[in-house]
Amino acid sequence: MPTLNLSGAMRLLVLVAVFVAGVWSQSSGVIDDFIFYLPDIQYLAVQHLWLTAVSGSLAILVAIPLGILLSRPSMARVAESAMQVLNVGTTIPTLAVLALSMSFLGIGTVPAVFGLFVATLLPITRNTYTGLKGVSPALMEAAAGIGMSPGQRLLKVELPNALYVIFAGIRTALAINVGTVPLAFLIGAGGLGELIFTGIDLYDPVMMLSGAIPTALLAVVVDMLIAVTAFLVVPRGVNPGRA
Amino acid sequence: MIRLDNLTKVFDTPKGAVTAADHISMEVPSGEICILLGPSGCGKTTTLKMINRIIRPTSGKVFINGEDTTSLDTQDLRRSIGYVIQQIGLFPNMTIEENITVVPKLLGWDKAKYKERAREMMRMIALEPDAFLKRYPSELSGGQQQRIGVARALAADPPVMLMDEPFGAIDPINRAVIQDEFLKMQQELKKTIMFVSHDIDEAIKMGDRIAIFRAGKLVQYSEPDELLAAPKNEFVESFLGEDRALKRLNLVKVRDLASDEIGLVRPDDTLETALQRIDDYGYQTSIVMVNAKRQPVGIINAAVARTTKGHCRDHFQSVPVVVNLDDDLRKVASLMFSNDMTWVPCVDDDGRIVGQITQRAITHHLGSRYRAHSGAGEASPSSSASEE
Ligand SMILES: Nc1ncnc2c1ncn2[C@@H]1O[C@H](COP(=O)(O)OP(=O)(O)OP(=O)(O)O)[C@@H](O)[C@H]1O
Ligand SMILES: [Mg+2]
Repeated sequence: MPTLNLSGAMRLLVLVAVFVAGVWSQSSGVIDDFIFYLPDIQYLAVQHLWLTAVSGSLAILVAIPLGILLSRPSMARVAESAMQVLNVGTTIPTLAVLALSMSFLGIGTVPAVFGLFVATLLPITRNTYTGLKGVSPALMEAAAGIGMSPGQRLLKVELPNALYVIFAGIRTALAINVGTVPLAFLIGAGGLGELIFTGIDLYDPVMMLSGAIPTALLAVVVDMLIAVTAFLVVPRGVNPGRA
Repeated sequence: MIRLDNLTKVFDTPKGAVTAADHISMEVPSGEICILLGPSGCGKTTTLKMINRIIRPTSGKVFINGEDTTSLDTQDLRRSIGYVIQQIGLFPNMTIEENITVVPKLLGWDKAKYKERAREMMRMIALEPDAFLKRYPSELSGGQQQRIGVARALAADPPVMLMDEPFGAIDPINRAVIQDEFLKMQQELKKTIMFVSHDIDEAIKMGDRIAIFRAGKLVQYSEPDELLAAPKNEFVESFLGEDRALKRLNLVKVRDLASDEIGLVRPDDTLETALQRIDDYGYQTSIVMVNAKRQPVGIINAAVARTTKGHCRDHFQSVPVVVNLDDDLRKVASLMFSNDMTWVPCVDDDGRIVGQITQRAITHHLGSRYRAHSGAGEASPSSSASEE
C-alpha cells in the first residue's frame, strides 16, 4: 500500500521503540508492574475508544452533510465566510476547545465528547467542502448534460470524485481526536489519560507508560483502519493508492 | 430535426453585457450533420449549450422534431440528446463500461440490455470490449478517451447529438481515422447532429451543412460546396482561406464529373484502328486498351500507332493510373499533376472502365460554380442565414 509509506516510517519507529522498551522492561522486571495495571488499562482503553468512537462518528455524520451543504451552488455566498470561520476554528488548540466546552457544559463525558466532536468536525467539513468544490467543472457539465438530476450528480459524480480528499480529512481529524482524548481526563471523562496524568503526578513512570503506550497503539490502529477503509472504499479510478 | 428560432444569449459580466449569440435562426434537417464553425469566442459553444439548456437562452426558442423544448423537463430533454463536451469529461470514478452505460441506466434499461449495449458501442468505436470495459478512463490514451466520450453520448441511441469539438484532442492522423469511423457510423445511424469545430477541413469533411459564426451572429449557413463556391462576404471568404477552390476538390466525387464517353480499343484491333479512334475522339496522345471484361490493360501511344504496323496487343504500354468513381477530385488532381496527364480513365468497383475525367472538366466545374454564384448567389434555398 504505497499511501502508507510516509507514516510507515513513523510506525516502524514506534514498533522499534516498543520492542526496545519490551526488552528493557523484561530485564528489569517492570513487566510485572505493567501486569498490575492491566485491568485498569483494559477498562480505561474501552472508555477511551468509546469517547473517540462517539465523538468521531458524530463529527463524521455532521461534517460531511455540512460540507456538502456548503458546497452547493446556492450556498456560494455564505460558504466562503463559513469556511473562514472553520479555518480560524481549526487553529484553536484542542485543549482550549475542551476547556471552553467544560466552561459551559460542566465536567464529565458530555463536555468531553462535545469538545472532541468540535475538534474533529472542522477538518472533515473543510475537506468535504474543498473536495467537492475541486471536482472539475467539465465533469459537472458532462453529468448535467447527460441528464443526471442534482442528487444523482452528487451521489454518482461529486462524492466519488471527492471521496479521497474526504477520507484524508477524516484521517487527519481522527488523528487529532485520538491524540486529544487523553486530555479528556482533565475534564473528568476518564480514558487512558487517567493513567498518564496520574502517573506524571505521582512520578510513576510505569503507570504513565501504561497509559501512554496503549494510547499510541490506539492512534496507530485507528489511523490504519481509516487508511484501509479508504483504500477499499474509494473507487480505483480516483484512488491514488490503487493505480 | 433541430430548429433554432431567434436564439439569443446575453451574458452579464462586470464589464457590461456580452452578446454571445445574437438572434440565431437555423434549421438542421433530420439525419444531417451541421457544423458550427467560426473563430474563437464567436458563440459556437454558447449556441450549442442553449440547445440542451446547459446555458439558458436570454430569448428565442429551440424546437426538436417540431416540439418547443421549453415545454419539456430539462432532465428528460437532456437524456434524449447525446452530448459530447469539449473537455471529454469521462467520469474518472467509473469504469469505461459504467461511463458508457450511464444514460441507459438513468433511463432504466435492464442490466442485460445495457451490458450488451456497452459491448456493442465498443465494437462500433473499434475498441476491444474485453480489453477496455473494465478499465478506468485514466488508463486510456487521449484519443481512446475521446472515442469513449462519443460512445457514451451514443449509448442510449438518442436521435439528436450535440458535439463540441469532439475530436479536438487527437493528433491529425488519428483524427482522420476517427472522423472516417464516425462518418461510417453516421451513414447507418442517421442522427441529427450539431457539431462545433474551428477546423475548416474538418467542417468540409464532416458537414452536410456549415454555419459560419462571427461575433455571435450567424453569417452564412450553406452546404459545404456552396459555401466554398459562394462565400457570402469578405469575412467568410478570408475565413475559408485563399485555397478554398482546392478545398472544394474534396467535396466532388469522380462520379459527378466523369464523362461516360470514352474511346477504347481491344487487343485484337490493329494500330490503324487505334489511330483512327484517337483522331475520332480528339485524343492527342493515347487511347486505352481493355480486355473482354472492359478492364483497362494498357494504353496505345499515338506516336507508336502512327509509325508502326500490327496489333494493339503487341504494342501497348502499362496504364499509368486509373481512378474509382467514388474517389474525390483532390486525389484525381493530385494524380494528374504527378503523372503529367490531362485526363484519367475511371473504373467501377469491379475495375471495369466506365468513363474518363479530364482536367478541363474539373476546372470548368470549379469555375462555373463561381460564375453562377457571383451573380445570383443569395437566391439559393439553403443559404438562409440571418442577416440583420
Ligand atoms: N459564462 C459566461 N459569462 C460571460 N461571458 C461568456 C460566458 N461564456 C461565454 N462568454 C462569452 O461569450 C462569447 C462566446 O463564447 P463561446 O464559448 O460561445 O465561444 P466559442 O465560439 O465556443 O469559442 P471557442 O472556439 O474558443 O470555444 C465569448 O466572448 C465569451 O467570452
Ligand atoms: Mg467553444
